[in-house]
Amino acid sequence: MAPCETGPASPGAVVVRLENIGLSHDHGRSFILRHVDLEIRAGEFVALLGPSGVGKSTLLRVIMGLVPPSEGQVTLHARPAQAHRPAAMVFQDAKLMPWRSVRRNVELGLEGLGLNRAARHARAMAALELVGLADRAERWPRQLSGGQRQRVGVARALTVEPDLLLMDEPFGALDAITRAGLQRELLDIHARRQGTVLFVTHDLDEALLLADRIIILQGHPAGVKGDFMVGPRPHEGAAVQAMAARMKRLIAGEPDPGADAAYWQASEI
Amino acid sequence: MSQARAHLLRPALGLAGVVVLFGVWEGAVRWGWIQSGFLPAPSSLGPAWLDEVRSGAWVQAIRDSLTHYLTGLVAGSVMGTLVGLLCGALPVLDGLLSGIVRVLRPIPGLAWVPFAILWFGLNTAGATFIIAISVFWINFYAAYGAVRAIDPDLYEVAAAFGHGGFWARLRTVVLPAASPGVLDGLRTGIGQAWMSVVAAELFGVPGIGARMMQASSLLATDLVVVYMLTMALLYAVTDTLFMLVRRRLLGWQG
Ligand SMILES: Nc1ncnc2c1ncn2[C@@H]1O[C@H](COP(=O)(O)OP(=O)(O)OP(=O)(O)O)[C@@H](O)[C@H]1O
Ligand SMILES: [Mg+2]
Repeated sequence: MAPCETGPASPGAVVVRLENIGLSHDHGRSFILRHVDLEIRAGEFVALLGPSGVGKSTLLRVIMGLVPPSEGQVTLHARPAQAHRPAAMVFQDAKLMPWRSVRRNVELGLEGLGLNRAARHARAMAALELVGLADRAERWPRQLSGGQRQRVGVARALTVEPDLLLMDEPFGALDAITRAGLQRELLDIHARRQGTVLFVTHDLDEALLLADRIIILQGHPAGVKGDFMVGPRPHEGAAVQAMAARMKRLIAGEPDPGADAAYWQASEI
Repeated sequence: MSQARAHLLRPALGLAGVVVLFGVWEGAVRWGWIQSGFLPAPSSLGPAWLDEVRSGAWVQAIRDSLTHYLTGLVAGSVMGTLVGLLCGALPVLDGLLSGIVRVLRPIPGLAWVPFAILWFGLNTAGATFIIAISVFWINFYAAYGAVRAIDPDLYEVAAAFGHGGFWARLRTVVLPAASPGVLDGLRTGIGQAWMSVVAAELFGVPGIGARMMQASSLLATDLVVVYMLTMALLYAVTDTLFMLVRRRLLGWQG
């Protein structure tokens, strides 16, 4: 786990702070992430966008404390732990434990929180209900479809009621209807719990639908190349359209026209 | 073909093969293609077996061999699995033992007979030692390989959900994930141990192997075959019992 200072998470307080994060898999000869500075505040729904292979999953691993950063520091400010976890993660391809039933997979993060068996069971079932898989609770993971497994991964993270919820393309493998349902559900949970979400996607429309802040990760080594406050939902209208156009160019690794008004106008003619 | 029929077909074919073998064998001896001194006819095995049972030698030999078998099997399996799991999970231990493993691994269990006799004598402990060694390596490699084959992402999942320390990893990931490989090793060991039983007893420790040696020195080939079939039966029983347990433990594999 990242260094963790506990304290009440009032709205707007910093939940996680990344300072000058660098990550290298070869002892500093090449970096995947470099000079990443980021603050995420309580209640924010942040989307992290970037091309494939840029380092989005890696950044989530660093925040989760699964990989120590080669440079810099991650600080997580969480409520005092009581029957919940400071952070939880939805992994990119579910990563269920095949020897545990669906329900016992969801209970994974509840073990060690001082809950008795009945309480764990109840919370896991509530989370499975939320993702529409309560009727599959006693199945083995191999008996589920890829999309269903992904939803179990979502339930496993939701059930520990994390202060910071990290989601790595959680709805990537789903059909449009299920995906829309879960997106609505996620927004609903977010509104109810006022939790903090960092959501990786490479779908700009999904980011615009869900997030109130969008961060672009780009480059080799990757850094934060754009940080957009998209304001209150629904995200539509000319201003949002213009922002979206800038984001697209940033994701593609092109120069940011928004940073230079003259260029922006010239390219419009 | 329907699945139920396919399911029944294999055992039926297996049984038919055995019946044909015994039929051809009986015919070959009856019609003089094979001299009964070379190979006893199946029909002579029944009386030989009954004599052996009446004298009490059959039950005694089985009892002795089962003792060697079970103690050797348990000792070798437990040790091999334990060391294999630890080597798989602890890179430092793995590195420390890798040289020793390379030296000892190619030495077959039988090569240890002189030392077994020297250290333990021609007795139960000596036979058990030989069996345990051969079973040890099978289980060592099965457990070691099973741990090394674990998807490393599962360690990340466990750590992300609060199971990060060595013991928590062992309990939530290593043991359950390695269990199919470990159980496969145990099963191979269960078969291998019967082979080692004969080898370990050939030198005079009482049991099925010793009884076979006595019988063959008296040219009582029918008795040798009786004990061969006895071992086949004992193997079938132990293997079947094990598979029942295995299926119960690994329901998640389907
Ligand atoms: N263990 C590792 N050792 C070396 N390089 C790695 C390792 N893990 C990931 N990488 C590299 O780090 C880079 C970033 O990987 P990461 O999985 O974070 O990308 P991503 O942005 O999540 O991509 P995607 O959108 O395809 O999921 C990739 O180029 C990958 O090859
Ligand atoms: Mg990724």
